[in-house]
Amino acid sequence: MTTFWSAFIIVIVVVHLIGYVWLLRSTAKMPEGAKVGETTGHVYDDDLEEYNNPLPRWWLYLFYITIAFAVAYFALYPALGNFKGLLGWSQYKAHAEEVAEAEAKYAPLYKKMAATPIPELAKDPQAMQTGQRLFGNNCAVCHGADARGAIGFPNLTDGDWLWGGDPETIKETIMNGRQGVMPAWGQVLGEQGVEEVAAYVYSLNGRQAPAHLLEAGKAKFEATCAACHGIDGKGMQAVGAPNLTDNVWLYGGSLTSIKETIRNGRTGTMPAHKDLLGEDRVHIVAAYVYSLSANKGHGRGEQSR
Amino acid sequence: MKKHETIEKNIGLMGLLVFIVVSFGGLVEITPLFFQQATTQPAEGVQPYTALQFAGRDIYVREGCYNCHSQMVRPFRAETERYGHYSVAGEFVYDHPFQWGSKRTGPDLARVGGRYTDDWHRAHLLNPRDVVPESNMPGFPWLDKNLVDGEEVARRMKAHRDYLGVPYTDEQIQNAAAEVNGKTEMQALIAYLQGLGVAFKNKR
Repeated sequence: MTTFWSAFIIVIVVVHLIGYVWLLRSTAKMPEGAKVGETTGHVYDDDLEEYNNPLPRWWLYLFYITIAFAVAYFALYPALGNFKGLLGWSQYKAHAEEVAEAEAKYAPLYKKMAATPIPELAKDPQAMQTGQRLFGNNCAVCHGADARGAIGFPNLTDGDWLWGGDPETIKETIMNGRQGVMPAWGQVLGEQGVEEVAAYVYSLNGRQAPAHLLEAGKAKFEATCAACHGIDGKGMQAVGAPNLTDNVWLYGGSLTSIKETIRNGRTGTMPAHKDLLGEDRVHIVAAYVYSLSANKGHGRGEQSR
Repeated sequence: MKKHETIEKNIGLMGLLVFIVVSFGGLVEITPLFFQQATTQPAEGVQPYTALQFAGRDIYVREGCYNCHSQMVRPFRAETERYGHYSVAGEFVYDHPFQWGSKRTGPDLARVGGRYTDDWHRAHLLNPRDVVPESNMPGFPWLDKNLVDGEEVARRMKAHRDYLGVPYTDEQIQNAAAEVNGKTEMQALIAYLQGLGVAFKNKR
């Protein structure tokens, strides 16, 4: 703040404070010639009159106390222009202290958990409670409070993984995020091609599809889709290409959804949480996510949506 | 004490004097803010809204999002832990009017940019319960059908430049209509949301 505006504030505030003291003192005294017990001469509603007495002392002192409070506040806290106050308090400093205090309290806990390997940490009930809270605050918005996901947001409990479900891969996914891209093939394949490939993909997990489309669909799949999804359609975790032979469908497994996916493509983004959470807490969340499906007997494709 | 009596018995005069005394409060608390760098200069990395974001911001205001969502992260750990770096005045210099809000039925949105994906926002705006089952936010399905009026966006951007001092170039205003024509209100709103608070994205 420039000196001018600082002085502007200080002068107005101080003049006001002095003014209030003067106003209180000058009106606290009885006017000359007046006596306690006289009325002002106003008459309301025929017979209501008001005394012209000074303020009761206790009331008057309350006013003085508010002024004394203001003076003390102005001295201690940053209220007068550029004057920082004798306490040196500022909201940003208070925030920094609060954060540092919490850091000192929680960082060692997180550190300890972060030093434990994920499979082991996933069996620690206290760490999993912490993990659940972190998951609830940061992940549940997309993956759901029960981690079962939604259309477009993977279910984390079914043992089926787009990018891999081993502890380190889960951690990597949370740390740096993922960008899943299914390109749009509508232009390349044409509407007939989309129909054929969709029918073939639909049939990959054993469902009945229009037989006359399958042969052409298979050929087009092998030419176009196999690069990522594999010749057998089992997907490739290195590029996040889903397994198409199971019963797990990120964007829905109906023929209509499959056609839509092939025609217009899909993009899925898992945001990076390295900067948001820090590595220690990511480690704990990764262990929590790992615990959701690990050792629970979920085979690939066991759950459907 | 004749003067005292004069004031007490002239309600107009008393009102005027009360107004003068009270207005000094505003003079001290508000006026200096118009001349502070911290409140009038953009914080580092803060840019005027693009045409699409600008259109989205108007939709945000029109739909009354501010009734349930604030855009102000206060400097308390409980907030910075959840939302990110606390808000600073320089982030709002291009907001006319600002959308700080005063009530949080939903979460604060000051740093929502980049937090979720465009797809998530679209699903969430169409029907919030599709992605957050416990949400009580209304759906806004019509945003997906209505198209943004490019001419109007350009006119409003011009008004923001001419009367409110937002530094848009002639070129930006000329291209505004072409940039947003054909876009849905949904796309505009998402573009706005994805730009919120990103200047401080990596600060904690």
